[in-house]
Amino acid sequence: MPLIDIRDLRVSFGEGVGAIRAVDAVSITIEEGEVYGLVGESGCGKSTLLRALAGLNPNWSGAMTVAGQILGPRRSTAQYKLMQMVFQDPYGSLHPRHTIDGLLAEPLAIHAIGESDRRIVEALDRVGLDASFRFRYPHQLSGGQRQRVAIARALIVEPRVLLLDEPTSALDVSIQAEVLNLLDDLRRSQKLTYLFVSHDLAVVTHMCRRIGVMRAGRLLEEMTVDALLAGGTTHPYTRHLYRASAGYDRRLADTAEVLDDSDEEIA
Amino acid sequence: MPTSVETQTNAESPQPGAGIRNWLTAEIPGSAVQARAQRAYFGWIRFLRNPLAVVGLSVIVLLVLAAVFAPWIATHDPLVQNLATRLQPPSAEHWFGTDQLGRDLYSRVIYGARITLYIVLLVTALVAPIGLLIGTLAGYYGGAIDVALMRLTDIFLAFPGLVLALAFVAALGPGLENAVIAISLTNWPGFARLARAETLIVRSSDYIAASRLQGASSGRIVGMHIVPMCMPSVVVRATLSMAGVILTAAGLGFLGLGAQPPSPEWGAMLSSGRRYMLDYWWMATFPGLAIVLVSLAFNLFGDGLRDVLDPRNE
Repeated sequence: MPLIDIRDLRVSFGEGVGAIRAVDAVSITIEEGEVYGLVGESGCGKSTLLRALAGLNPNWSGAMTVAGQILGPRRSTAQYKLMQMVFQDPYGSLHPRHTIDGLLAEPLAIHAIGESDRRIVEALDRVGLDASFRFRYPHQLSGGQRQRVAIARALIVEPRVLLLDEPTSALDVSIQAEVLNLLDDLRRSQKLTYLFVSHDLAVVTHMCRRIGVMRAGRLLEEMTVDALLAGGTTHPYTRHLYRASAGYDRRLADTAEVLDDSDEEIA
Repeated sequence: MPTSVETQTNAESPQPGAGIRNWLTAEIPGSAVQARAQRAYFGWIRFLRNPLAVVGLSVIVLLVLAAVFAPWIATHDPLVQNLATRLQPPSAEHWFGTDQLGRDLYSRVIYGARITLYIVLLVTALVAPIGLLIGTLAGYYGGAIDVALMRLTDIFLAFPGLVLALAFVAALGPGLENAVIAISLTNWPGFARLARAETLIVRSSDYIAASRLQGASSGRIVGMHIVPMCMPSVVVRATLSMAGVILTAAGLGFLGLGAQPPSPEWGAMLSSGRRYMLDYWWMATFPGLAIVLVSLAFNLFGDGLRDVLDPRNE
């Protein structure tokens, strides 16, 4: 039985004729211990899917099951503990007026987990930050350090699933690799399952075994990273996305226009 | 020889206060208390860079000292009348002169600080929490709650402050307590609007989403995450509005609707001095100066505080 089972998920914004279907009938299953990558361009609905799964947007329809628990629009405290999320912007996801200690103590207080002193030091240690960071404020930390704190906060309640919303796209390249390696190590040592959302195929192929490609709210295709690297894509959009991740190419920019035209016929 | 030994020991022994300074500027805070103290210390340093704000704070400190130690600072009993020495000009015996009933004006102005401070503190203690609560709830929950609460504040905002206060005092009867209630009723909508605006900015941020994902209840999010973000602007607004509160209180006193005659309220003193103003200038001048000085001080202090507390300056 898969750990995460999303069936026929639909999320739309607005009502009536002007409604926008941000996520349209998407079904995804993720096994325990897997890293599933969700890729697509900006506005394709990948973050919306993640936020619906996390419980930040109650206006969805379909069925979602995580670890045997059927998720409704409102979550119980135990269900929140099951899944945690790391946000894209480490400058926006930490409360500017709380110390790192306060940020990490809060989830422990909410879930009535004891031994907070020991756990906070451990959580910082796990993400490679020593105890000297404990009583600092977020504005005294660099972007990479903040993202480590965000990961520590997500992991301190010992979740089984970590939802990663482009966790490295706001960081510079050298820090990106550090954070990705940290996430990889943590997954192994903490037996975590990742749902990794990104627009960067290079990052996704590094992290994930299986990926899903989204466009305009629909899941175009799913494949293994090996198949992608071997060039076994079936959909032209995926091939286009893959080639785009290799860097800027004049010929690619020309084919993009052709692709847009052909796509309107599909829609 | 002995002098060199002396200088050596001086160099080795730490300067007095150096321990506290090191503790406050340490790179790595060792406890939550230290982290908070450091934050306050750096804020204080920033505040000291604004000379006008320091002047404002000094005047406020003087006001508080005058209010607390009034019996020791005052030279006379503010209420004792002596018709033999009425309408005396300022002199060594009566520093600010005497009024039409022979009361010492200096002592009355000093005791008046108590009444002013009492009104200011009571109004702020009533208004800031109410405004903060209504504003954050309206902003956080939105929808029908927001509409209901904001229309209520609109109704109160539709009346000019002093006129509404006059109406309340007319209905409740004159007196200091009623003046406080009247001023509070006209003052809270501004705080509610401010808190709501701040809440709307904060509530869609990622750190609120993060704490919601940790299972934090709405009460916890409002109390622990949104209110701390609203506090700086509410504190600044409270300080700046204190000047207005003082003026409104003095205005009510002037019209005979605030503090009642024997009590040395600045507005009432100004009002009684008005009749004698042309011949006995000191009666209206000193209470008037006190009102101007104190409300100016609160304005300057509020401006300085805004520069310190605004998170955008960090």
